[in-house]
Amino acid sequence: MTAIRNQTATTSLDVEGLRADFPILHQQVNGHRLAYLDSAASSQRPRAVIDAITHYYEHDHANVHRGVHTLSHRATDAYEGAREKVRSFLNAASTKEIVFTRGTTEAINLVANSLGASLRSGDEIVLTELEHHANIVPWQMLAERTGVELRVIPINDAGELILDDYPDMLNSRTRLVSVAQVSNALGTINPLDRILRPARDRGILTLVDGAQAIPHMPVDVRALDCDFYAFSGHKMCGPTGIGALYAREAVLSELPPWQGGGDMILTVSFSGTTYNELPYRFEAGTPNIAGAAGLGAAIDYLDNIGMAAIENYEAELLAYATEAMAAVQDVQLIGTAEQKAGVLSFNLDAIHAHDLGTILDHQGVAIRTGHHCAMPVMEHFGIAGTARASLAFYNTRADIDQLIEALQVAREMLR
Amino acid sequence: MTETADLKELYRRTVLEHSREPHHFGRLDSADHSATGHNPLCGDKCTVYLQLEDDSIANIAFEGAGCAICMASASIMTDTVHGRRIGEAETAATDVLDAFDRDAGIESLHGDMAALGGVRDFPTRIRCATLPWKTLAAALLRSPETVTTETTS
Ligand SMILES: Cc1ncc(COP(=O)(O)O)c(C=O)c1O
Repeated sequence: MTAIRNQTATTSLDVEGLRADFPILHQQVNGHRLAYLDSAASSQRPRAVIDAITHYYEHDHANVHRGVHTLSHRATDAYEGAREKVRSFLNAASTKEIVFTRGTTEAINLVANSLGASLRSGDEIVLTELEHHANIVPWQMLAERTGVELRVIPINDAGELILDDYPDMLNSRTRLVSVAQVSNALGTINPLDRILRPARDRGILTLVDGAQAIPHMPVDVRALDCDFYAFSGHKMCGPTGIGALYAREAVLSELPPWQGGGDMILTVSFSGTTYNELPYRFEAGTPNIAGAAGLGAAIDYLDNIGMAAIENYEAELLAYATEAMAAVQDVQLIGTAEQKAGVLSFNLDAIHAHDLGTILDHQGVAIRTGHHCAMPVMEHFGIAGTARASLAFYNTRADIDQLIEALQVAREMLR
Repeated sequence: MTETADLKELYRRTVLEHSREPHHFGRLDSADHSATGHNPLCGDKCTVYLQLEDDSIANIAFEGAGCAICMASASIMTDTVHGRRIGEAETAATDVLDAFDRDAGIESLHGDMAALGGVRDFPTRIRCATLPWKTLAAALLRSPETVTTETTS
């Protein structure tokens, strides 16, 4: 959170040293130095994470929680050790509150199913206009099944939430407020305190989609005082296919399981089945053990750098990039919130984002183009899509300069 | 600058001219056939309107928002099949789709479509070029469904 911002940390980030840890960054793409500016879609991983996965498979793999043999113990240690790392990284009270999932999407679907089982027609869920489809579609599916109604907090043209009417949106039928901490399409950092507190005060559950926040700033779920927090490993230097749901123990213990199978039960007989304790009740089947080991290594890596230092460095780089972009003729930035993380969504003149993407790629600059799984945001701005450059701590001013140069080439070429 | 040579090949003048001021752009109120195509990867969308008379395409128009490749391809497509017999238009669509589908088939493109040959070096952009033609084929089939570039047909 911004409150923890530590100014002295800024200069202490040895970015060139950190870049050396990322093998993938050191390559030529289409004859150019790679400028990887698509970390919001998926980050890259340091050698330590790749090694942790390899080490796990070369030395420790067996199934978890099931065997008396040594390898099974080691696999369980790797898996449960990673859970403890996630707990500590989020400052959760207990590992019982950490459910491993495939990522943010599955975490939100878990809540939509498990919490959704107790919701009734006429109950209300509050979302925002800037959500990723992962925090819209599961609720729409729930609405179709149950008749739950969705309320949407609107955004202004800077891409900031308009919270004036928000307290009045909450009423005795509101069951959940589910909101992104950081918008993937615009970079807006939402004022979570102003969103979560009114809900907490009324006893309404809250879910934070932390997919775009956790790679870029310190996160403390107890300070946030949210009931659920969802994130993906692959956006924070971890492997794909692993992420987690934090859920407050008092809330999680009341929820029914959502998938059935092995590992989530204590006893099974045809006269009845008893479910396992937290968090295993929500982890049916053999989990992504290697993924968890990799995620644990990613957390160690980030912890070692320090999330406050990362946040500071990225804020500086974003300021540099924003200024540089503003100087490019005909660039229109989409998303100009006062509180922003390292996302630059933009359009260049009338050039279609897809054409921009191709021309930039040709010069080694990797950006994302399109609607960024946030079509309601595009609709708000009346555009089909944007080009999006997104930053991570391993990006440098050289990456930004390369982007700017490539944009000039695009302007020339499509003029 | 040889490094931008294939980019210049992709964005040839003919392509840029068509994309900036596409021919037959807009809605056709007299249309008796239409179809809408989507490219879910980049959000390109294209609606083709046809007014058929005596087995011929008496009038054609298209609407949509897309990249330069998609818009140029759509514009050229409307020029190509306007006034042609339905059977000829179907053959033209098949020929173009085949050309993009098969290795080296791109050389067989002719007329203004040949200007789109540069996509050969940009495999991810082939869908942009084929979308209007797939949509035309769907409109001719009176297919009620929308088409997407993700169907393998
Ligand atoms: C804000 C936000 N929420 C959810 C997701 C979905 O994450 P995943 O695809 O890893 O489940 C993303 C990914 O782009 C995101 O940016």
